[in-house]
Amino acid sequence: MTYEKLLFLIFALSTCGGALGVVLAQRVARMAFWLIVSLGSTAGLYFMLHADFVAATQIIIYVGGTLVLLIFGIMLTASGPHVNIQTSPGELVLGAGVGLMLLFLIQGTVRSVDWNQAAVVTSQGEFVPAEGQGYNPQGQGNTIRPLGMALLGLRPDKDLGAPEEAGLSSGYLFPFEIVSIHLLVVLVGASYLARAKRRAQASE
Amino acid sequence: MGLESYLLVGAVLFVSGVVCMATKRNGIGLLMGVELVLNGANVNFVAFSRFTSLGLDGQIVSLFVIVLAAAEAAVALSIALNFYNNHLTIDVDRGDELKG
Repeated sequence: MTYEKLLFLIFALSTCGGALGVVLAQRVARMAFWLIVSLGSTAGLYFMLHADFVAATQIIIYVGGTLVLLIFGIMLTASGPHVNIQTSPGELVLGAGVGLMLLFLIQGTVRSVDWNQAAVVTSQGEFVPAEGQGYNPQGQGNTIRPLGMALLGLRPDKDLGAPEEAGLSSGYLFPFEIVSIHLLVVLVGASYLARAKRRAQASE
Repeated sequence: MGLESYLLVGAVLFVSGVVCMATKRNGIGLLMGVELVLNGANVNFVAFSRFTSLGLDGQIVSLFVIVLAAAEAAVALSIALNFYNNHLTIDVDRGDELKG
């Protein structure tokens, strides 16, 4: 068993186990813990896919930002000690059945597609990216510089060597600007929605 | 490890998120289900970026997904806080004023 396979097994098992823990945990704080496990191991999977910047972003924004936000939400919305808002076992069994059927459907779909057109299979039956396809860190360096240039609208990995009549560069400057405005609007709207107000009197 | 193994991990994440959204009664639990679904989609994007001709585009799309998930979490959390202020609980089954 190669090191790559061993690392993949570790990260994949903790990712899937964390996801199942989120589903099966009954207390919401434990769900947050399992979500940290799952998202952190996903960053490990990204490192194994040679996507170093995406993995770092996953750790910084997801695990460091979004989850801290969720944990603050858990603390601010704590319910009383005798309030039971847990799922009944019958609903859990029903959800597990539907989820297993959905999983088998997706897995059957994945198996029925011939991925050999997209990737080349070696004689040992392993997938490797086809020649000239995929991102190759040995030939193209780390992903940070190409990603930054692509967000600025430049695609040297696609435009260099392309025919003259290929047209404009396929960069991502416009989505980048839209996302930045979107983030500004979201932050203003969220702080407006969550501002301190008079608490409702009737508790029914 | 090949493309199909990563797709299987993404499928497990997606299904867990869907089941979490369907069964949890806690509003924050629903948000965690959404995060799991988006994360499963991201695993697929990065796997395709590595193994197919998608190249760097898959990683850029996954970056956008991560940023938009953070924005979604902020807005949904403020809505959940408003819900808690009005109902004094986070149980989503109690939010039934709009029932016809």
